[in-house]
This record gives sequence, structure tokens and C-alpha cells, in this order.
Amino acid sequence: MEEKISHIPVLRFGEAYRSLDTNDLGNVLKSGARLEVSVANAGIIRRDKLSIEKGREALRAIPADTLLDYAEKAADLYLDAELPFGMDGEKQSVADYVTALSELTGLPHSLCRSNMFKVAAALTNIRAVIAGLTRGLPPELFDKGCARLGDIDMNFYPIADSLGVTLPSNSPGVNSLWLPALVMKTPVFLKPGREDPLTPYRIIQAMIGAGFPKEAFGFYPTTHDGGDALLLSCGRGIVFGSDATVKKYSGYDNIQVHGSGRSKVLIGDDMADDWENHLDIMVESVSANGGRSCVNASSVMVPSHFDEISNAMAKKLAAIEPRARADEDALICGFANTDFAKAMNEAIDDALKTSGAVDLTAKYRTGPRLVEKHGQTFLCPTLIACSDPDHPLANTEYMFPFVSVVERPQSEMLAAIGSTLVVSAVTENEEWMSDLMASPDIDRLNLGSVPTNWVQWEQPHEGNLFEFLYRRRAIQSKTRKIA
Amino acid sequence: MTQTMDITSAVDAAKEELDRYTREMVQWHFSSETGSPYWLDWAKEAGWNPAEKVKAFEDLMRFENFDDEVLRDTDPARFIPAAFGDRPYNIFETGGTTGMPKQRIGWEDYKVDYSEFSDYYSDDFFPKGENWLMVGPTGPRRLRLAIEHLANRRGGACYFIDLDPRWVKRLIRDGEYDMARKYKEHVVEQAITIMKGRKIGCMFTTPTILESLAERISIPGAGIKGVFVGGTTMTPQYVRFLTEEVLEGKVNFAPTYGNTLMGLAISRPLSVEDNYSLTYYAPQPRAILRIVNPKDSTQGVGYDEYGRVELTTMTKEFFMPRFLERDEAIRRQPCERFPWDGVGDVRPFESTTKKVIEGVY
Repeated sequence: MEEKISHIPVLRFGEAYRSLDTNDLGNVLKSGARLEVSVANAGIIRRDKLSIEKGREALRAIPADTLLDYAEKAADLYLDAELPFGMDGEKQSVADYVTALSELTGLPHSLCRSNMFKVAAALTNIRAVIAGLTRGLPPELFDKGCARLGDIDMNFYPIADSLGVTLPSNSPGVNSLWLPALVMKTPVFLKPGREDPLTPYRIIQAMIGAGFPKEAFGFYPTTHDGGDALLLSCGRGIVFGSDATVKKYSGYDNIQVHGSGRSKVLIGDDMADDWENHLDIMVESVSANGGRSCVNASSVMVPSHFDEISNAMAKKLAAIEPRARADEDALICGFANTDFAKAMNEAIDDALKTSGAVDLTAKYRTGPRLVEKHGQTFLCPTLIACSDPDHPLANTEYMFPFVSVVERPQSEMLAAIGSTLVVSAVTENEEWMSDLMASPDIDRLNLGSVPTNWVQWEQPHEGNLFEFLYRRRAIQSKTRKIA
Repeated sequence: MTQTMDITSAVDAAKEELDRYTREMVQWHFSSETGSPYWLDWAKEAGWNPAEKVKAFEDLMRFENFDDEVLRDTDPARFIPAAFGDRPYNIFETGGTTGMPKQRIGWEDYKVDYSEFSDYYSDDFFPKGENWLMVGPTGPRRLRLAIEHLANRRGGACYFIDLDPRWVKRLIRDGEYDMARKYKEHVVEQAITIMKGRKIGCMFTTPTILESLAERISIPGAGIKGVFVGGTTMTPQYVRFLTEEVLEGKVNFAPTYGNTLMGLAISRPLSVEDNYSLTYYAPQPRAILRIVNPKDSTQGVGYDEYGRVELTTMTKEFFMPRFLERDEAIRRQPCERFPWDGVGDVRPFESTTKKVIEGVY
């Protein structure tokens, strides 16, 4: 009997295109069918980019307010609907999506669903998101190019004809970043991560189902060359990757690179004695979403109580144990690539040979860090207590709940953090808060006792997408009202 | 059934001819009246005399794989067969090598190869009398003279835009991607100027340049009727993309596999069953492609299996037994037009496990 295959095609302006080059993702579908993904050659992306006006025109034809309605509706479809999947009129239910997503990424079902809710929330809250990015300008801005704020006319023009995004596979929630571009009438070209073509494909289908024009979407599972073509040919590009990726694209002003987050929790002098009340946010910062996100803390800096805080955190983290994918209480992820997990484990053990750091979780957990269980390979949560604040593990990020605890005087913390995506500063000291707000090293600053993964929809995440896609122009007229 | 029998007899005849031709070429290169100093000295040290021992192509398995470093280290004059006496010769260099280049000498071989290539295609595939444009590696390469010969043989003249692959490889190696792109743009711009300002009907270029040209102008719209490409891996998807989109389904397309040491292997016309998978046939008996077991290159692989490409070139001008190319390919069945093994879906050797700089020009 012939094996059943579900095939995810390339989408060229929303039209399915089945490539002769494919990736076999194995028997990951609930139906038992094998999942195969089309792989676009780089030339297809460059060629489609030549016709990008098709996508722009389709978006221009719809008022921004209507697009906002569509986005809100898309949230429901993404969460609940049977959506087009594959080539032959197949549909994908939510349960199918969660099962396959878990098989591919190693995320337990519970985290697949929490990531779904994150994406859906970004769509449901799209009006707040857009208002946050535009600092409260009305959405008509995207219809007319101008708007009035107080007594001032403002004219913004698009500086990008399209947004190219090469997505990672580690956490589906990251897709929430590109969603506002469509309301800003900017077509998207997406390169999914190898292990998660499902999420962007499902979001696109939900958005098309809700009313967005299909011409606004390019979906290109592709090679590294294809990824380069996508980033270099789109007006603006966003890429996720390692420090090497950051270096590779550092010379391109039109490409925003999201490297390691190296997010941190900083405990102020004023709160240090009260550390027990902030223990939960420290642990959540490290372990939420299986430690997969760039907003997960990879370091906690304390001015005092080093031993107590390290041990208390280690005890809580060590209690998080690997569970089966379908277990509702599962909190950590398996690794789709076992070798990758082993390499990380070895790298940590190697680094621990340098004195000044110790794996405190080792004494609280029952087995080793690397565990084969429930048919998966796991790395158990790990806390490294660094008595040497300059130890190599003191500012290292891994794709599982991994954190270093370092003792530094508060006065030295800001000079030591380096480039940091999120800082949760647990303090009420006004003077230090001013210093934190003036730091050029922090991308997002959480003040008070909140975990690093906390999201307020009005605040931009990882750069302001509106400012990335639009530029303000001076506009004035003696004779006519502008906005 | 009749057709199969016809092919079988043609395959047998081709094999017989190959054995006869092999004997003739080995006699030629290992005779002191006609052979070259390099091979005559080689035979003295080898401890066996190919002129006596080689009776059929299979007997070439007695040779080790040819080490192409010899073409770098040895004065090319040592490869002049005595029969050519003092006749002036061409020195051709291989593509993107750095350091001392690998060199092959020659007289008429390129004309023979490209005349045969020309004769394979009908008058309207590359319309007779049309001018050609070559956009690719010129300089010390055989290809430059070969394409001009091809154009002339079909009654046209040939314009050239040079592309220096050694410079491109160096830029890529040094991580100068932006400069590499600028260089490609520079080449493409020059080509477009010629295409717009002169009457061109046929082209030779690399697939990558062809793609870039088509991002700027319509290839059929520019009056191009036939395109001949060679140089890099072409997966079935890439061939489909070039045919359907880059050439807009309106331009005759002749993909080839070849290099300075081989000449060029023609691809058989694609059928629906091929699903855009190319199969090339070497210009046998002058060049023979075998698909071999990478661990023991005396052993071929089965049909439809991947193996490493091994090239043997035998003409009166040049003898090179059993050179292992840096490519792997699928061994394909003979066909009516070419009754010997074909090579399909060529790609860099071990490209699925190693990173290879390829397809940049």
C-alpha cells in the first residue's frame, strides 16, 4: 500500500507551489501520514520579489481598520478552526497541529498550546499592539499616510516594500513578531524554521481565512541561500540566529538580527533582603516556555545573599522533571536533535572544569542533566552558581532552562550586563531605575517584581516594527489641512 | 521489445568500439614514436607496459586514479605527444583553482567536441546564423575558444563578457559576500548592455548568471532563442525553475556537464517521466564517465544509484585515465541516441555532508 504523505507547499503570493526539492520531516502527523515540505530554490524568492506590488496593492485596497478586524478574527481561526493544510484540500485541526508541532519541536503539548495562545493574543490585541508601536496614532495612518496627533500633522511613508523574516524553530510564539506588518500594509515573505513550518503556515491560513488577501503572503521553506535571498531582496529583513548570524548580517542596515537574548534578572540592594518574595519570578524567568525563548533569563545578578538565592532557585528548578509530551504538567521540552542536546551538555561540563562555577542543581535533582525518557532526550533545568562573576558560564545562553547566578555590587551590574534583550530589575530605587532607563544595553526593561517573559501588548518587542517599516517625513502646508 | 533489442545491440556496438578505441589510444600514448614524455616516463616506472596489457577499456582499471595535481606540478610541455612535433599548442586552465592552475594542452580537441555538440542540435534549436553571447569564464579557458567555434560553426559571431571564477571564489572564501554580489551585478550589467545593443540569438552562460539576467530583462523578450548552460549543480527543481520561469517556457535549453579535462557531456531531452531530472552522456569514446563506488573506484555502482564520477579522457592530444571528479551522480541507463551509461543529477561529491563553495558564478 502506498504511504500517505501530507505535503506543505511553498506559498507564492498565497498560491500553493509544490517544489521538486523537498524536506522529509518524518511520520509526525496524527493521521500517521508522513510530512513533507516543499523547498523553494533561492531564485524563486528573488523572482517573486520582483512582483511584490501585487501584494502591496492587495493590502492597499483594504482599510487598515478592516485589516485590524481581520487580525482579531484570525486569532479565533488560528486557535479553533480546521484550516487548509497540504495540497489536496486537506484540513488541519488544532489537535493535529499540536501533535505534529510537539513531534517536530520537542515542545510538550502544554507548551505548544501556551505558544498558540501567545500568537492568538498578539492577534486579539492587535489594536493595542499597533497603538503601542505608533504611539497612539490612528490606524487610518496606514490608509492615508498621515495622521494628526494633538496639533501636529504627521506624515509617515513606508520605507520597505516587504518584510522578509527567517524564523527559528525553537518557539512558535516568535511568530507574533511579524503579524503587525500586515496591518501596516507590508507584505511578508517568511522562511520557516526547519522544524516548524507548521506555525507560520497555519497563521497564514488563519489570516487568509479571516479576510487578509492571499497575495500578501509568501511562505518559503528554503535553504540557507534562499534565506539570504529573502533577507537581501526584501525591503526590510528580520533574522533570528546565533552570534554568528548576528555577525554575518551586521553590515546590513535593512536587516534586524535577533541573536541570543541573554536576558537577565537584576536584584537591587533595596530588595535583596526580601529575595524570597521574588524567588518565583526568578524561577519563572528561567523556566517559562521550557527555557526556549530569548526572553528567558540566562543570568540572575544579586548584590548579596548569593548562596541562599542560588540554592533556593536550584531546588525549585531541579524539581521540574521531564514528562511525556501529552502530560498536562510537562514544563520542559525534549530535543528533536539528540546530538545537539549532547553537545550542549558536554559544553557545559567542559566549561565547569574552569574553577569558579558549580552546577548547584546537580545536588537537588535525582539523576544527570541529560536524560533519555518518554522516548525523548531532555536537558534538565540547570543552575550554575558562579563565585567568579567572569566565569565563561556567567553570561551564556542555552535552549533549555539554564541560568547562572552571579554576585555583583549593584553599582557594577549595569557595566557588566552587556547586550541584553530583557532586564527585569527588581528594585524601587528611583536613582537606579533612572540609570537602568538610560542604559543602551537593554532592549526591554521590566521594572519591579515581574518575570522577564512578561508581555504588555502596548510595548514594542525587539525593536519597534513600525519604525523599522515606516519613516516620518516633515510635512507642512499653508493652504490646506493635511490630516 | 524491438526498441530494447535495438538499444542492446547499439550498447554492445558502442562497447566494442570503446574497446577498440582504447587500444588505439593506449598504443598511441605509450609508443615512443607518438607518445608524450610524461606517459612514456610513467610507463618506465610503473613496471608494466600499457601498450601490451590494455586490450579493452576494462584493462584501464590497472591504472591508479589519475592525480590531477600532476597537471599543476608538471610543465605542460611534457604532455606533448611526439606525433605533434613542434606544432604550436593552446594551454588551457581549469576553472576556479587558486595557486598554480591545473593546465591541459590541446590543438583541435575543443573543435571536435564542440562541432559534435553543434551537430547534435537541430538548425532551429540554436538558429543558424544568429550571433552568440558568452557570459562566463573566458581568459585561459578552453570554453572561450570552444563557444566561439560553436558560434562560427553555426554561422554566427560571438560576443564575450568575462567572469573570473577565481576572484568570485576568493571573495566567498573571505566572506566578502557583498563584493561578490557587486561583481555579479557588474557582469550582468555588461551582458544586458550587449543584449540590448546588439542582435543576439543564442547564449552560453552559467545558471546563476542566467537567473540574474532574467531578474533584469525577459530572456525571450531580448530575442534569445537558445541557451546553453553549464557549470554548476542543477537539481530537478532548479531545472524546472529555469525552464518554466527564467526562460518563460519559450527558449530552447541545453544543460551540459563538462570541464576543461572532459569536454562536454550533452543532456538528453527531458521527458515527462524525467520530472526535470537531467541525464548527461559523455562524448564517448573520447571521454568516458563512470559512476563508481567511492571506496573502491574500480567498482561501478548499480543503475539508479549514486556514486562518485570518474572521468577518463583519451584523444590523440591528451590521455587521462580514471580521474575522480569532485562530483557525485546517479548512474543512468544508456539511451538510443547515446548507447552508453549516462550520469544523472550531478552534485558536488559528499555535498550532503560537507559544505562546498559552488554555484557562485
